Amino acid sequence: MPGGRRRKLQLSKIYSFRCGRSSFQEDHSQIGGPGFSRVVYCNEADSFESIIRNYMDNYVRTTKYTLITFFPKSLFEQFRRVANFYFLVSGSLTFTPLAPYSSVSAIIPLIIVIGATMVKEGIEDWQRKEQDVEVNYRKVRVHRNGGIFNYKEWKNLRVGDIVKVGKDEFFPADLLLLSSSYEDGVCYVETMNLDGETNLKLKQAVEITSSLYRDWMFGDFKAVVKCEDPNANLYSFVGSMEFEENQYPLSPQQLLLRGSKLRNTDYIYGAVIFTGHDTKVMQNSTDPPSKRSRIEKKMDHIIYLLFLILLSLSFIGSIFFGIWTNEDHQNGEMKRWYLRPDNSTFLFDPRRPVMAAVYHFLASLMLYGYFIPISLYVSIEVVKVLQSIFINQDIHMYYEETDRPAYARTSNLNEELGMVNTILSDKTGTLTCNSMEFVKCSIAGTAYGHAFTEIEGALARTKSNGYNDNELPKVVRSSSVKGYNFSDKRIENSSWVMEKHADMIQKFFRLLALCHTAIPEVDEATGKVLYEAESPDEAAFVNAARELGFELHKRTQTSISLHELDLVSCEKVERVYQLLNVLEFNSTRKRMSVIIKDEEGKLLILCKGADSVMFERLAKSSGKFEEDTREHVNMYADAGLRTLILGYRELEDEEYRNFSKKLNEVKNSISADRDSLVDGVIEEIEKDLILLGATAVEDKLQNGVPDCINKLAQAGIKIWVLTGDKMETAINIGFACSLLRQGMKQIIITLDTPEIQVLERAGERPAIIKASKESIHHLITRGKLQIDRSLEAFALIIDGKSLTYALDDDMKDEFLLLAIRCSSVICCRSSPKQKALVTRLVKAGTRKTTLAIGDGANDVGMLQEADIGVGISGVEGMQAVMSSDIAIAQFQYLERLLLVHGHWCYRRISTMICYFFYKNITFGFTLFLYEAHSLFSALPAYDDWFLSLYNVFFTSLPVVALGVFDQDVSSRFCLQFPRLYQEGVQNILFSWTRILSRMFNGFFSAVSVFFLCTTALELQAFNQDGQIADRSILGPIMYTCIVWIVNLQIALSISYFTMIQHLFIWGSIAFWYLFLLAYGAISPGLSTNAYEVFAEALDPSPTFWVTTLFVVVTTLIPYFACSAIQLRFFPTYHETIQ
Amino acid sequence: MNSNTPPSTSVAAGSVDPSAARRNSKRPKCNLLSLAHCISAIPRFFGFRFPEKMMPDLRFTVHPAGTSSLQANSDTAMGLIQLPLSVQVISAFLLVSIVFIPIGVASLLASHDVVEIVDRYDTACIPDSARNDKVNYIQSPGNKTCTRNITVTKHMKKPIYVYYQLDNFYQNHRRYVKSRSDAQLRSNGSADDVSSCEPEDKSNGQPIVPCGLIAWSLFNDTYDFSRNGQQLSLNKKGISWKSDREHKFGKNVFPRNFQNGSLIGGGSLTDSLPLSEQEDLIVWMRTAALPTFRKLYGKIEDDLQVNDVVMVTLENRYNTYSFNGKKKLVLSTASWLGGKNDFLGIAYLTVGGLCFFLAMVFTVVYLVKPRKLGDPSYLSWNRNPGWH
Repeated sequence: MPGGRRRKLQLSKIYSFRCGRSSFQEDHSQIGGPGFSRVVYCNEADSFESIIRNYMDNYVRTTKYTLITFFPKSLFEQFRRVANFYFLVSGSLTFTPLAPYSSVSAIIPLIIVIGATMVKEGIEDWQRKEQDVEVNYRKVRVHRNGGIFNYKEWKNLRVGDIVKVGKDEFFPADLLLLSSSYEDGVCYVETMNLDGETNLKLKQAVEITSSLYRDWMFGDFKAVVKCEDPNANLYSFVGSMEFEENQYPLSPQQLLLRGSKLRNTDYIYGAVIFTGHDTKVMQNSTDPPSKRSRIEKKMDHIIYLLFLILLSLSFIGSIFFGIWTNEDHQNGEMKRWYLRPDNSTFLFDPRRPVMAAVYHFLASLMLYGYFIPISLYVSIEVVKVLQSIFINQDIHMYYEETDRPAYARTSNLNEELGMVNTILSDKTGTLTCNSMEFVKCSIAGTAYGHAFTEIEGALARTKSNGYNDNELPKVVRSSSVKGYNFSDKRIENSSWVMEKHADMIQKFFRLLALCHTAIPEVDEATGKVLYEAESPDEAAFVNAARELGFELHKRTQTSISLHELDLVSCEKVERVYQLLNVLEFNSTRKRMSVIIKDEEGKLLILCKGADSVMFERLAKSSGKFEEDTREHVNMYADAGLRTLILGYRELEDEEYRNFSKKLNEVKNSISADRDSLVDGVIEEIEKDLILLGATAVEDKLQNGVPDCINKLAQAGIKIWVLTGDKMETAINIGFACSLLRQGMKQIIITLDTPEIQVLERAGERPAIIKASKESIHHLITRGKLQIDRSLEAFALIIDGKSLTYALDDDMKDEFLLLAIRCSSVICCRSSPKQKALVTRLVKAGTRKTTLAIGDGANDVGMLQEADIGVGISGVEGMQAVMSSDIAIAQFQYLERLLLVHGHWCYRRISTMICYFFYKNITFGFTLFLYEAHSLFSALPAYDDWFLSLYNVFFTSLPVVALGVFDQDVSSRFCLQFPRLYQEGVQNILFSWTRILSRMFNGFFSAVSVFFLCTTALELQAFNQDGQIADRSILGPIMYTCIVWIVNLQIALSISYFTMIQHLFIWGSIAFWYLFLLAYGAISPGLSTNAYEVFAEALDPSPTFWVTTLFVVVTTLIPYFACSAIQLRFFPTYHETIQ
Repeated sequence: MNSNTPPSTSVAAGSVDPSAARRNSKRPKCNLLSLAHCISAIPRFFGFRFPEKMMPDLRFTVHPAGTSSLQANSDTAMGLIQLPLSVQVISAFLLVSIVFIPIGVASLLASHDVVEIVDRYDTACIPDSARNDKVNYIQSPGNKTCTRNITVTKHMKKPIYVYYQLDNFYQNHRRYVKSRSDAQLRSNGSADDVSSCEPEDKSNGQPIVPCGLIAWSLFNDTYDFSRNGQQLSLNKKGISWKSDREHKFGKNVFPRNFQNGSLIGGGSLTDSLPLSEQEDLIVWMRTAALPTFRKLYGKIEDDLQVNDVVMVTLENRYNTYSFNGKKKLVLSTASWLGGKNDFLGIAYLTVGGLCFFLAMVFTVVYLVKPRKLGDPSYLSWNRNPGWH
């Protein structure tokens, strides 16, 4: 819609552009220098200058591979794994005469395994490719020539193109904002995909181009932009534009980033600056740190152990082989003449026994490759992907309200979920909903609002220590308006005018309606006003003000219009307040102010902020309500509410003029400490405020949080809450979500002691640090003594300031020692950095699995630092989810995720890995035993194809079924007996004793199979026809026994049978017989020794069946008896439950 | 899964307008496990009921409002049908012993029915004078006929199998096993296919048929049996596997250049007979699994009575003296289970008995001190507190 309605509105001044325009002169001198070489000829993408620069096209590829690179690259990825590389090397060695078996049979399983992984990679990459195609083929209007805009696909955009982007469309590349549908060239963008912030950002074009607001105006538009080279910094942009022979500096304020979205603006025009992979968002896309689970790391160790076994077996064999080969031909006499040692090739040459031993070593490395489970990695990958599907598909972790199921972004960590020792949780948005509700306020020393908060309810419940909820007041929702849960007859329905301090009440709500950065949006259909606010708190305030009769309905660059009740006439009137300054909120100031001029021309500064900073800024004279308000604020904090103090002051014209001048001065200064100077100036005006009152906003606990935490605690998981809240609020939330219980003793570490405060006032930093450290050290030591003396459970509460010192190198170990002995830990007032540091400390200090859970951008560090990062896909954007490993919609799903899925996955994977080693040792060791009976000549006991298909066909599927479906106890019992979880935390199922005992079982099985089979079949006739069991018969018999044993072994390990398990287990065994039959039926040229061996020799002979039965049962009995004894006398917890 | 979701993917995801998102709800749909369930539903369709424990726990069941019939959750019926574990264990042991003991008895009986006579002759067939240097004796030319008298201890029913048993002979050495050419044995056309037969591949530039070390070292002691001066007929037909005769050794493949070289290994072959009829070779070529082995030599198609004395006239040609291998002649009958070996029978009885014993022990233990299921006092971490 060219030339849409131009709103006479200059929104640009609502925001004080802190990184304003005047401060980047120094950066601009660099343009044209190294790192700042980009030159963009706007609207001249076809010109010679543009073409020679040959900037990247706008095609974005997120796939790992292309059609050409897929094979080499994915193969390379595969062979980076030690085991796969080993198989590649041994596979290529099979082409030499050294090979104990044929090369085809060695290569095919490798091809199958590698192929399966590559297919998986390919499918994943294909999905990425489809997304790419969808994005790259989106269309955008691009200036053709003569002011005509045509649609063009995104991928065809070139640097310098002029594009027109409409409302709610994504920017196709990094654009230079030229103009918008607003006269002053501003536009709003939503950057949720970039930084996870939901609030809209304001961008503004350079003044000179903002007049180009029609298509035709671009007919002969020409400009040259010189700017920095592509880089990953989202918040910086340095450039200049040459337009009509003038230079104009450019800043991030003009840059619209790909990945963000145009909002609240009808259209914008922009010039393409960075395309494709040059865009900031693509430059930023790094792979998240890849995490590997503990089990997988340990698995590597086991594989190394197996390699060690393999090497030593080969070595032993080679020594014997060398000796025996040497014996064969001594002093011209041949011992084993039938081997013709006098005429021997290199491999068996008795004249060079050392070389023969070396060659034998290589050959047996190939032969004993069956110790290394070739299909382990691919099986585990397949299993994990399927497990992830289970997690994603779990209806019990699906949150209807936001339509979000759980989503395992990486399947690497499934089993790690079953080993979590410590949970580090964010509070806001994680334990709570992060949807703020205005519930109470205190105005002029009077408390208003009756609502009974959930937290109060929970507190009352825990205090009365019973479950008789009936006697307790229920949490009543009085209002259907989101973010508003206030009820008080004295205030509602304009009855506040009758109150004693009606003027104060009026000022109070007026302040709420004025002091914010929210933007009203009139819904044209209903006529209702909706607000676009930076934070949920702000939205709650504006909503509350509206509900109580102070409706913000219009906001311009210089004014705010309210519909409010006139105190005298008691009628709704429109009042317009001139907005002079917005002094923004930041975390150091912990307050925000606006300076306004009301209709009477009075200058007012309205300020709201945290109690810690506000009380000291109040005028001494206004202290009459101060005590009451303080009391109320403490009461609110006890109830788990977030409080803000409101204050105001009338300003003299003179004072304001001074302030305004100074502010402008420091804002335009270039010095490095500009920000602190600005803060200093603002500080001067935000003083001597008159107290109006306090607000209390409830951040409601999410559903089921206390129960969930309770269960997790019962499961023996330690929970740390890291929050930015005040200590009182944090403690109360702790009680509410049953993190703290009445019987618990609290160890509180804080620096809010009088001595420290005195020092702080004196302001000597070294002294403060010293005293703080001493005090914290003292507190920690005392805490430890307390724990030593008492048997009760302890809770540690520490505030952010103390945490800074406690995390110092010299104290962190002590702190950790104390903390891990407490059952719950709460760190309040902690910064994102501290959260990450605490996570690292716990992870490194305890060497146990840590899980971090959070929802906001401030939790990203913590999520990435922890062993597992769980993101809550909540209100605060997608940033946390993007950097998490698993995303869930609600905190309460953590219970199921850990206790059920985690437990199962841990069990499955560890059983699976143990079993893999068991089955391969069983198989591999029979090879060794047989080789020992064949002069260590590296002759495999089995046919080549039996060898190679062992891992692929006859033993692979049941273990996958185990990995996917097995459950020791059902989900209900998992939740009912949370202590089951300790199995994973203490890593019982994957301890070295267990692994080694499984391996030992493998060795035992192999020995049993080999010796029982050979003894049973030795010498005497094998059937009634007097035939003898030769090599081609012994091999298949042993193999049959092994197939039965390893498959029955898994049947014994499986605690939960479905048809699939039955199908796979019995199917694998049946398949072996079928294979043997089919293989024997093909021409003897191919089947060699196995020709008709089953049909002719094995099947008709009762000896075969009798021997198989005996060997299989006898080999399994010790394991079975041991488990029965263990079950009887040393049961594990899950067995007790079973 | 897709671990490095690039930002552009999120762009794509973000572009879906909210109403569309409603329509394509991300609500989990049961797909994979419905397969598991469908499979498990088949038997039920035919009226068979699995114990509940065998049913898949569809823990991410489908739409609550949807086809609830798919919502099989084993939780509900847990432990109702299932026997107590103790009973399972005891019955497993009992079952094993019940099956094993009869099999053991049967095998033992079968083995006892078999009459086996073993006669070691490797030393005995060397004249006392040559016993100091047996290798030299065996390698030097000359008549090496030797006579052995074997007394039959028990009635032997025909057919009586005659085996030779070699000891310390590694027919399973890799060099030995690989030194053959199956193609050449199978068909006349592949006579030149001798590459795998080294070093016995060619003689004077001509391919050897059958080539390779195995054939070259063919066992060549011969036995003749007589009873009371009467020749006992020895049937040498059908001593090899039928599949070998018919498919692995060609009817039109005749020996060529065999035992022609400088060094003679073992026995020679009749050039006029096709390989498929040279059963001694076929038996020999089927390599033994272990260094001590028997090979079928022939069948005596006569019953032997107790105290019959069988005189064996043997040509002691084969050299096992170089590697200290024993040579034995074995006469044996065969039962349904094959030759004489008590091992299987005894082993079956032992294991069966052991299982019975274990079953008893467990029964006693469970009767004397039944364990209450779910009693947490057994838990290791309850015994040593301090994990919390």
